[in-house]
Amino acid sequence: MADLSYVRTESHPDMPPPSSEVGILAWLRQNLFSGWLNSLLTLAAIYLLYKILPPFFGWAFWNADWNGTTYKDCTSGGACWAMIRVRFDQFMYGFYPEAERWRVNLWVVLLFGSAIPLLIENSPGKKYFAIFLFILFPPIAYLLLYGGMGLRVVDTAQWGGLFLTLVLATVSIVVSLPLGIVFALGRRSNMPIVRMICIAFIELWRGVPLITVLFMGSVMLPLFLPPGTNFDKILRTLIVMSFFSAAYMAEVVRGGLQAIPKGQFEAAQAMGLSYWKMMALIILPQALKIVIPGIVNTFIGLFKDTTLVLVIGLFDFLTIVQAATTHKNWLGTSTEGYVFVAAVFWVFCFSMSRYSITLERRLDTGHRN
Amino acid sequence: MAASSETQGSTPRVSLWNDPQKRSLIYQAIVVVMIVGFFGFVINNTADNLEKRGIASGFGFLYSPAGFDVGMSPFLTYEPSKATHGTVLIVGVLNTLLVAITGIVIATIIGFIVGVLRLSPNWLVSRMAYCYVETLRNIPLLLQLLFWYFAVLGTLPSKRDSISMFDTFFLNIEGLFGPLPVPQDGFWMILLAIAIAITAIVMIKKWAQKRQDETGQPFPVFLVSVGLLIVLPLIAAVIAGFPLEFEHPQKNRFGLRGGMIILPEFAALILGLSLYTASFIAEIVRSGIQAISHGQTEAAYALGVRPTVTMRLVVIPQALRVIVPPLTSQYLNLTKNSSLAVAIGGAEIVAIFAGTSLNQAGQAIEIIAITMGFYLTVSLLISMFMNWYNRRIALVER
Repeated sequence: MADLSYVRTESHPDMPPPSSEVGILAWLRQNLFSGWLNSLLTLAAIYLLYKILPPFFGWAFWNADWNGTTYKDCTSGGACWAMIRVRFDQFMYGFYPEAERWRVNLWVVLLFGSAIPLLIENSPGKKYFAIFLFILFPPIAYLLLYGGMGLRVVDTAQWGGLFLTLVLATVSIVVSLPLGIVFALGRRSNMPIVRMICIAFIELWRGVPLITVLFMGSVMLPLFLPPGTNFDKILRTLIVMSFFSAAYMAEVVRGGLQAIPKGQFEAAQAMGLSYWKMMALIILPQALKIVIPGIVNTFIGLFKDTTLVLVIGLFDFLTIVQAATTHKNWLGTSTEGYVFVAAVFWVFCFSMSRYSITLERRLDTGHRN
Repeated sequence: MAASSETQGSTPRVSLWNDPQKRSLIYQAIVVVMIVGFFGFVINNTADNLEKRGIASGFGFLYSPAGFDVGMSPFLTYEPSKATHGTVLIVGVLNTLLVAITGIVIATIIGFIVGVLRLSPNWLVSRMAYCYVETLRNIPLLLQLLFWYFAVLGTLPSKRDSISMFDTFFLNIEGLFGPLPVPQDGFWMILLAIAIAITAIVMIKKWAQKRQDETGQPFPVFLVSVGLLIVLPLIAAVIAGFPLEFEHPQKNRFGLRGGMIILPEFAALILGLSLYTASFIAEIVRSGIQAISHGQTEAAYALGVRPTVTMRLVVIPQALRVIVPPLTSQYLNLTKNSSLAVAIGGAEIVAIFAGTSLNQAGQAIEIIAITMGFYLTVSLLISMFMNWYNRRIALVER
């Protein structure tokens, strides 16, 4: 038998992949330095980050002052967060009396407690939460925040801060949703006059900036009412903001209505359902479900837009922080104030937009394109 | 009562309530009555209120003297002593349009760049673009404007020690000062040269298209166009002896005077508006490019088309169709958002006309109506233009 010792009886162990294809170096090469243009971009980006990040972190954290009672106590040269600390309660509640602030807290808990289950898919008892939020909650909120039935009345002039911002945004959205549905249905109605009126309403409100609408609310609305009627500035703002967002909401809902296949309408009619039954039982449940991301996006826009009440002299979150930074004790802290407000708004808006993107992905059945 | 006369004409078996056509007529009649009643109520109340407060209505106030300074009026000379509220309105409209157009141009450029960077294979760059988008679009615009105006531009040096760049540009708390070009005799030659250059470019483009259709030979139209646009006016300028002089800002006791000035209010407004809107445009551009099926790119590569050309001739023309409709609404938003200038003391229509003029003249209804009418007109014009453009590029579709 010939000597076959040179034939291997077991396979050669796998060679390790070339060092340029695995590990951190390969990742760097593929993602950051894949060509001269990319390398140049990477270097420019690193330089930019080097210029921005260390000074910012130094200002915001390492050199920052956290304690003190006036701007003079902030001596380390960084941010003066002491201002936020001292004024924090005011930023949250405005001038709401300290003894009554539990009412605001309870309102926030009830609001989030009933709104969040509505936004989670497949959460049990959605119907009850919706009924609570849209029908029972408004009078409860009014009693809690304004007073009456044994609770001390807190004048709306004392409302302010993040609390007022939340009131403006949530009340407008809750009022504008049913209004928007009505106008969206009206815009798709077969009745020409109703359709025309709805189109005119929607386009008029969408064509003008919110600031002019707010001016209208604060200057013109009192003129439109019978002489002698005088009502609250916040209520006037709420009315015009609700109409404003109802116009946007109507367009969002219309998008949902258009996405429902015609067969659904025809099937409902073939079953002998009346218009309202068809809408309430067949069309709207489907249409509203697909427009939840759109509604959330409208809410984000509205939430950011509540800051505009600054021009009509309401003390919302931004205005109250700005007012604090112009107080003689805290002159020079305007950057800190703006950064704080920006951070709070960012957390709210970013989490909501993440939610709406996730939902959009889940609702996307892949039929389009 | 109107209903009973209608029943007589209809077939007896269908009751009025069950005939959809008649029913919708009744509904509409009710709606019309309600709307007319509502407006009658409002108008009646308004007339009562105006009478009680002794406010005369009408547009006569547009001719009465305004007597305040508007701060910025680059297109017509504004003299506080002679100006009427009508002048204020015109200045406000022009300034708003200037802000809107400048903002739209800058926002589009930044937005497209960031949107493309967001898709870059470079991990770091795409992450940074993502951070830019997510930070700016989740912070209220008003807050950003205040930040730029008070926290950034408010820290500029006082007018006594302004930052000087090459002794031509000066930056201080009153604004950015630069030389103002003043055309001299013979400037028409340069304008003529520019006109000739543009005509030539149009003709070359047509010719190049025709040649490429016939022979397949491309022609570097872009480079030639840029060359023509630079060379022809330059030759004209040499012949006419450089008929353009610059008025430099002069230093005097009160700071800098003369020259061209960009006010900090204007700068903050443009910065805030365009950076904010750019973050939305970047997302639109990104999703537009991603909406183009990858097969298109692969097919172009398979034909041997280079990546940059693929982007320019295959991907972008198709992506534009997805991009234009949402882009229109961003342009509209930017125009409407320019009204936020009122918070930083800008000089556009809401700030000077619906703000100062309203306080002085007291004609709330007329002024707010004019302001809203202006924004409605602009909104309609922009959407008409973009719809036209959208139809034009949609024609490319099979």
